[in-house]
Amino acid sequence: MLATALIVFREVLEAALVVGIVLAASQGVPRRGLWVAGGVGTGIAGSLLVAAFAEEIANALSGIGQELFDAAVLFTAVAMLGWHNIWMGRHGRELAVEASDVGKLVRAGARPLHVLAIAVGLAVLREGSELVLFLYGVVAANGTTLAQSSAGFVLGFLAGAAVGALLYFGLLRIPLRHLFTVTSWLILLLAAGMAAQGAAFLMQADLLPALGDTVWDTSRFLPDTSLLGQMLHALIGYVAQPAGIQVVFYVATITLMGTLMWLVGRAGPTRTARPPRARPAE
Amino acid sequence: MGIAAKQLGLVLGAAGVMGWAGMVLPLFAEDAPISLTIKNHRFDPPELQVPAGVKLRLLVKNLDGTPEEFESHSLHREKVVAGGGEITVFIGPLDPGTYDFFGDFNPTTAQGRIIAK
Repeated sequence: MLATALIVFREVLEAALVVGIVLAASQGVPRRGLWVAGGVGTGIAGSLLVAAFAEEIANALSGIGQELFDAAVLFTAVAMLGWHNIWMGRHGRELAVEASDVGKLVRAGARPLHVLAIAVGLAVLREGSELVLFLYGVVAANGTTLAQSSAGFVLGFLAGAAVGALLYFGLLRIPLRHLFTVTSWLILLLAAGMAAQGAAFLMQADLLPALGDTVWDTSRFLPDTSLLGQMLHALIGYVAQPAGIQVVFYVATITLMGTLMWLVGRAGPTRTARPPRARPAE
Repeated sequence: MGIAAKQLGLVLGAAGVMGWAGMVLPLFAEDAPISLTIKNHRFDPPELQVPAGVKLRLLVKNLDGTPEEFESHSLHREKVVAGGGEITVFIGPLDPGTYDFFGDFNPTTAQGRIIAK
């Protein structure tokens, strides 16, 4: 039961942290719950599909179908998160200034919530398809009784969801003035971690060189398998023994996305330039 | 001028792709793949001796009816193998040393390591 719980926990944790951050980042947007729930629901449906066709996907494209699929999912998620962050770079300042005004927050509903919903869906899809395969194995093997593995599943799921909820409520304690800055930073690191993971899949498919198998090794102090290691992996892409190409993609994502956020934010409307009356929705 | 620029872009792009492929492809794994089987959620053989410094092809066959995921943190590998299915995993060129791997869906029993010499 505990073995099942641990594996379920790990898969749920990664998706739950993404959902927690996205819910915090979309604070004040009407119908955000619906968007995020739609993302989660689509992700779960997609997981079942991907799990059902796991063998076909793996064998596609001369055996590197699985790697390319995983990389595509990850890089699409990175693009969506980047889009959101660049948009926030332009409008985040106004949002923060106007945050006390509920009416203006509603107007901020023009925020590109669909990109966040897609990112959530992709995160759920990636973790979910592995979870489905694992559970299928547990049920089919019937080494443990179904009741035991069900209990393990519920326990692991609830624990993973609880950590996501903790992160969300923790973020909500941040004053709205600063909240969007914090969530943008979190999303930037989340995206960089995903890009590094995507690079690892392309390296695994033999499409990218490793550029050094192990740039550093912190597996003694903070192993990937530890709870903290897993949380940091999900949040900021921590890897105890990263390959060179992973570091390159991580740094490149932060640099590129950060520069775009800064450039767009600098060119964007400032609070003094804001007209006093209602502006047309952007 | 627009067309010329586009053509130049195409040529540069093609050159880039070829350069990239040239950098990656010639190191392709040599001779026969190394075979690894999964049965009763265990790897057989649990320890593989491989040469260091060359690219290798690992053929993982899953004889169980349930899916497994071949995973290794030190090798940066993570690949699902369906029940009754098989996958190819490229590894290396490795520095001499020991590299642990495990089955992510049955980590308590499915454990193994690669020793590169």
